[in-house]
Amino acid sequence: MSLGGKTEELPLIAFEAEMKRYVYINDNESSHELYCDNRISNRKYTVLNFLPKNLWEQFSRFMNQYFLLIACLQLWSLITPVNPASTWGPLIFIFAVSASKEAWDDYNRYLSDKKANEKLVWVVRQGIRKHIQAQDIHVGNIVWLRENDEVPCDLVLIGTSDPQGLCSVETSALDGETDLKTRVIPTACMGIDFELLHKIKGAIECPKPDKDIRRFDANLRLFPPFIDNDVCPLTIKNTILQSCYLRNTEWACGVAIYTGNETKLGMSRGIPEPKLTAMDAMIDKLTGAIFVFQIVVVMVLGIAGNVWKDTEARKQWYVLYPLEGPWYELLVIPLRFELLCSIMIPISIKVSLDLVKSLYAKFIDWDSEMIDYETGIPSHATNTAISEDLGQVEYIMTDKTGTLTENRMIFRRCCISGVFYGNESGDALKDTRLLNAVAGSSPDVVQFLTVMAICNTVIPMKSKTGAILYKAQSQDEDALVNAAAQLHMAYVNKNANILEIRFNSSVIKYEVLETLEFTSDRKRMSVVVKDCQSGKIVLLSKGADEAILPYAYAGQQTRTFIEAVEQYGQLGLRTLCLAWRELTEDEYQEWSLMFKEASSTLVDREWRIAEVCQRLEHDFEVLGVTAIEDRLQDGVPETIETLRKAGINFWMLTGDKQNTAIQIALSCNFISPEPKGQLLLIDGKTEDEVCRSLERVLLTMRITSSEPK
Amino acid sequence: MSSNTPSSSAGGVGSADSAAPRRNSKRPKYSKFTQQELPACKPILTPRWVISAFMLVSIVFIPIGVVSLFASRDVVEIVDRYETACVPDNFRNDKVSFIQNETTNKICTRNLTVPKRMKQPIYVYYQLDNFYQNHRRYVKSRSDSQLKDNSSWDDVSSCKPEDNANGMPIVPCGLIAWSLFNDTYNFSLNNQQLAVNKRGISWKSDRDSKFGSDVFPRNFQNGLLIGGKRLDPNVSLSEQEDLIVWMRTAALPTFRKLYGKIERDLQPNEVIQVTLENNYNTYSFNGKKRLVLSTTSWLGGKNDFLGIAYLTVGGLCFFLALSFTIVYLVKPRRLGDPSYLSWNRNPGGH
Repeated sequence: MSLGGKTEELPLIAFEAEMKRYVYINDNESSHELYCDNRISNRKYTVLNFLPKNLWEQFSRFMNQYFLLIACLQLWSLITPVNPASTWGPLIFIFAVSASKEAWDDYNRYLSDKKANEKLVWVVRQGIRKHIQAQDIHVGNIVWLRENDEVPCDLVLIGTSDPQGLCSVETSALDGETDLKTRVIPTACMGIDFELLHKIKGAIECPKPDKDIRRFDANLRLFPPFIDNDVCPLTIKNTILQSCYLRNTEWACGVAIYTGNETKLGMSRGIPEPKLTAMDAMIDKLTGAIFVFQIVVVMVLGIAGNVWKDTEARKQWYVLYPLEGPWYELLVIPLRFELLCSIMIPISIKVSLDLVKSLYAKFIDWDSEMIDYETGIPSHATNTAISEDLGQVEYIMTDKTGTLTENRMIFRRCCISGVFYGNESGDALKDTRLLNAVAGSSPDVVQFLTVMAICNTVIPMKSKTGAILYKAQSQDEDALVNAAAQLHMAYVNKNANILEIRFNSSVIKYEVLETLEFTSDRKRMSVVVKDCQSGKIVLLSKGADEAILPYAYAGQQTRTFIEAVEQYGQLGLRTLCLAWRELTEDEYQEWSLMFKEASSTLVDREWRIAEVCQRLEHDFEVLGVTAIEDRLQDGVPETIETLRKAGINFWMLTGDKQNTAIQIALSCNFISPEPKGQLLLIDGKTEDEVCRSLERVLLTMRITSSEPK
Repeated sequence: MSSNTPSSSAGGVGSADSAAPRRNSKRPKYSKFTQQELPACKPILTPRWVISAFMLVSIVFIPIGVVSLFASRDVVEIVDRYETACVPDNFRNDKVSFIQNETTNKICTRNLTVPKRMKQPIYVYYQLDNFYQNHRRYVKSRSDSQLKDNSSWDDVSSCKPEDNANGMPIVPCGLIAWSLFNDTYNFSLNNQQLAVNKRGISWKSDRDSKFGSDVFPRNFQNGLLIGGKRLDPNVSLSEQEDLIVWMRTAALPTFRKLYGKIERDLQPNEVIQVTLENNYNTYSFNGKKRLVLSTTSWLGGKNDFLGIAYLTVGGLCFFLALSFTIVYLVKPRRLGDPSYLSWNRNPGGH
């Protein structure tokens, strides 16, 4: 493939621009017309369209249309029984209140937009770093960020202060997760000098803007003099997205790929659907019914009134009815009745409901019992309109890890080559047999610990005191690496692709050739490493039992491992199976090509990678099983019991093994133990199996419910 | 967000909390209002409570009912319906033409026998039936500013259709004034004139502040159609008490209006001779006319309704108290028995 630069690429833009966007790094001209600048706008109204748009919105509600009709009818003095001000006053008041609330919200949005748009950021312009307003960032610009800066637009990382090209971001504004996420610069940009980052030139081929914040399938190619002889695939791990914060990293810089309202965040931003509570729906229904009733009443009374007028009232000489009425004479009496009946739907209903609802929400905020005692953060109701639905909750669906449990993983037990460690004391790290085995360098145990220590994406960091800290994205990996370190298999350093491990004071070096990342479909992750001394290439894997044990090599007995998994599951522990396999040089080379190709596809990349990984991950030698404990948070069992007593149904979602899940459910009062409650299992992998299972459960339920209590 | 302590004892919770070390500055401030612990009364309706409440109501209401019924019975009332009797026999089939004919003799004599001793003052009322003073067209057809103040004599915009006659504004304008009742009554006892005091029959506030003493009838009953009584143009409106009484419109189609007061006692079996002038047209809408003489008690005129209402409510409460007592004694229930809740009643599910 040619590395000639943009002159050759340009026709492609016209051809493929439909599906992809081409970003030229540091190119100041070409992208200006193609893509919008970085001005973000969350506003719903402008000064000019505010009144008509807001009125239109308010009048699209049936109730408001009704009130307007009544108010207009009252202007006709012939039929009105009261002063029109009695309806116009409240109506105008209500509309003014709603409109000013909207206006205030929109003004605040405008202010925050303006603040974000006018924030000064460092951007490279004509090769020089300049301080410019965030709204002037264009696609292709290189943006520099310092620690704790907010990311102004979607960027592809090209450099960080970290020698390994890592940086941490807080993505809570994007996905609500408060833990820091590690982002890494693409391999092609690895090792580019700080000074040269200004002058970097290249092209990024990326998809059209979308709102998927977990996916970014793109490719990067650098132009001379930064020649890397291949297309470098980019994933979401190479990006930092708008509204994230840079943390624990001195500086980072990246290329703007999506700007303004075309960022991932901007695309997912939409006009929020107004939420309708059960009570609102009820009121709407009742209002409709009352309206129909009112029309019926008005028609009956109107006809009766007209009949009475024609037969009786004309005899009442003192009223002096004119003999000939105007053409609308028949309408007058029904319309008068309509006005008299209009209070059936009181105009105050909306205002008083809104007031009461905001008061409800305020009471939630004010509750001095409902605070987090650790951080002192009180509860806060962000939506005042739906607070009363809290009393109507029937189902609670909860995540397990991090919600019911602390998400603080502790390594508890393990089973290595059929030997159970930690069963007596409940802590494998204190099991003398294991410590002895480690001291005696038992080959099985050493291999097991090696997998524990390096089969992960953890980054070791030297703190100022010299102690090694691990930066892990997954708490499980963190627990495993820490446990390995305590068992004298310390993962001490990572330098580019070279890992250093110290075992009993000897240092072993490995070169990481490939990382086969964890996905929830594959349920396992692997690394391919090369032992720097012996030159042997090995595949190290860890994963869920069903993703590892079936792929063991033909002769291996996996019974003890299955037993171990069962046993740990009964205890409510999370299990992982560790395995390894030696690869030949040829096998690796052949596979490596396929993997590279799969990683740089733009379509269905995840699926392609999974397929390629499958070709390598087989014929494992299973080493053992680890068991990790994730303790329940304080008060979880009591809370769940209280909620269940209140008749609220609980659903828990977890990726754990069935046994583990049942155990956790038991321990948090989620399900009652045997004599009191009966556990009905519905399982199956296909629709058919689930259907049959459901039928069986229904039958059981019918039998048990017909039994006398 | 609910406090699990009953409201009466909830005060202690907050004070205990504030005594605890203050770790969190963001913690919401304690106040009885924000913690929804304001004192509240939540009575539990136990059988004893309900029965004694009903009993109390009946004990209070029944005597009140009896007393007011007696008061009403003490009032002596003479009612004489005369609208048919005062039409000569030859006009009975066409009463409307009788009343509209100016030449017919409208004088009519009625004899009223006093059934019981009537103590002064005896109020004289006329009662109309099927007369809608509350009709929308009617009730709005007046000009309060004109009635009050001579300077706005031409403010007749609200008086339609009786606003102008012969191109000049009418004072007092409007349908109400125009249709002023014009039957007259003369009472005599044993061929001696029985004086009827026609002063002080209207509200004092109406005389003082709604009808001006400098406003005189002008151009009144001068149009094509003559409605009711004519007014003396030399007497100011504040002294035209019949008009003032008439213009305080009745809310219901059957109403009494005060005509005057007889300020002497009447003895039983005395016969009062009434010479009345039957001028007012109630025949076109089949209205009735009655002459009423009535004394008053401390409770007002003759009206059994209040007494009956008190007796009914009191009696009903007594009956309920009695039946609840019987139910309570015969088939008592434990308080707050959850087995009667709807979802516990049919265990098959809800």
